[in-house]
Amino acid sequence: MAGYFNSILTGTKSLVTGLLITQAEFFKKPVTLQYPHESLEMTPRYRGHIQLVKNPETGTHQCISCGMCQKGCPSGCITLKGVKQEGVKGKVLVQYDLDFTTCSLCGQCIENCKPGAIEFSLEYNLASTNKEDFHYDLLERVKEQK
Amino acid sequence: MGSQALSQNNETFEINLGPQHPATHGVLRVKLTMDGEYIVDAEPVLGYIHRMHELMGENRTWAKYLPNMGRIDYLSALSYNLGYVQLVEKMMGIEVPERAEYIRVLTTEMNRISSHLLWFGAFVLDLGGFTPLLYAFDDREHILDLLESVTGSRLTYCYYRFGGLYNDVDDDFLTGCTQFLKRLRSRMPMYHKLVTGNVILRQRLVGVGPLSAEMCRKYGATGPVLRGSGVNYDVRKNEPYSIYPELDFDVPVYSDGDSMARYMVRMDEIEQSMRIVEQCIAKMPQGEIKAPKVPKLIKPAIGDYYHAVEAARGTFAIRAVSDGKNQAYRMKLRAPTFCNLSLYQEASKGMLLADALAFMGSLDLVIPEIDR
Repeated sequence: MAGYFNSILTGTKSLVTGLLITQAEFFKKPVTLQYPHESLEMTPRYRGHIQLVKNPETGTHQCISCGMCQKGCPSGCITLKGVKQEGVKGKVLVQYDLDFTTCSLCGQCIENCKPGAIEFSLEYNLASTNKEDFHYDLLERVKEQK
Repeated sequence: MGSQALSQNNETFEINLGPQHPATHGVLRVKLTMDGEYIVDAEPVLGYIHRMHELMGENRTWAKYLPNMGRIDYLSALSYNLGYVQLVEKMMGIEVPERAEYIRVLTTEMNRISSHLLWFGAFVLDLGGFTPLLYAFDDREHILDLLESVTGSRLTYCYYRFGGLYNDVDDDFLTGCTQFLKRLRSRMPMYHKLVTGNVILRQRLVGVGPLSAEMCRKYGATGPVLRGSGVNYDVRKNEPYSIYPELDFDVPVYSDGDSMARYMVRMDEIEQSMRIVEQCIAKMPQGEIKAPKVPKLIKPAIGDYYHAVEAARGTFAIRAVSDGKNQAYRMKLRAPTFCNLSLYQEASKGMLLADALAFMGSLDLVIPEIDR
């Protein structure tokens, strides 16, 4: 019988302890963000999809079409093409496509890039019902970039 | 107890737990043969999220296999990163700078804390308590923010490189870690008060799912499951790697073998990981974060290589056979949860269904890691 009342007592005590702790949270500021209305800014090292770095002086990218990013990519999601053009030293980049559906954001392309022509973007609000929306033409994007 | 649970007319029925059931935390299916509320047999059916990670390791160059590591166990991805890069460093004889080692251990231990916090929240949620999950996620969020500021990702990290790291940590990160530890230290008593001391939790865990050390040995269980059964085995102490021998920490061991013991081991491990992180911050040397000479093309000498690390769920080991080419001939990943789950069938016989779910939660299963 004593055990019965004892367990009621410890149970009530345990319940009250829990309630006191949770109650204290009522008076604290919320830790969450009202997401679509507010959103966080990503840290500078955040790994979004890759993009070509825009050189502010020339207004264009710095890619030399060496293809090292393509070679180093574990998922084979980079397709690029450089062609020889008269009067220009080296190859000229004419196509740089990223298939973001298979990218695992490991950063090996960026590490392989000697001229530092690619970087991670800070974009993370990416959602679509169409897979094609994640096939990026990075050459086109660098032109639009401010 | 199994035979006692069977009714006299021996009528049983089968039900499926999963593959989509909140308590299995993923796509694990357990085929249960029940006698009323009692389990006669529980057969785990695996393979719903099998991604052929081992085969991928045999078809990719050593460097290209690196991002796979974060996807095996997405909750303690850095331990897996560490295991793999250390294996390759062992094969190639690459010396890692001391600063890189300290940062590796620091980030791995932070990852272990975040993994345990998630387990804590999810486990209590399985038992019917919703609030602690939110508190645990609040704390875990701080770790994810800190790790994101350094590694760039929040879950599937790919931070370590052969011979070092992807990039260095700054003072802000170290200060952030110190502040977080202060915060977590002040929160731990609250967790113990709210959850550990709770009568309902104790009644659902104490004495439930007892595992003997013998059974753990039989199935190769490691990590908190083994340490909860009274066996003092931790790869960080038994086969020390990285800078762990220089650090002062204890291995929590509980001998009861029940779900409560496994719970306590993990809660104590959070404290020990905090100690490790503190020491890493205090001892952090200056210097390089990448070995000066790392061969561009990784072609290990012909041989059989093995390396094990202590992940959040137990011993994660890789056995790689190299035939001298730039890809592995054989890549074997020993995932701790696979072994920890394999004892479930034998141990859950005769248990009540509700107890079996509490027991499953105490094993801390990560299904993608079981299937690999």
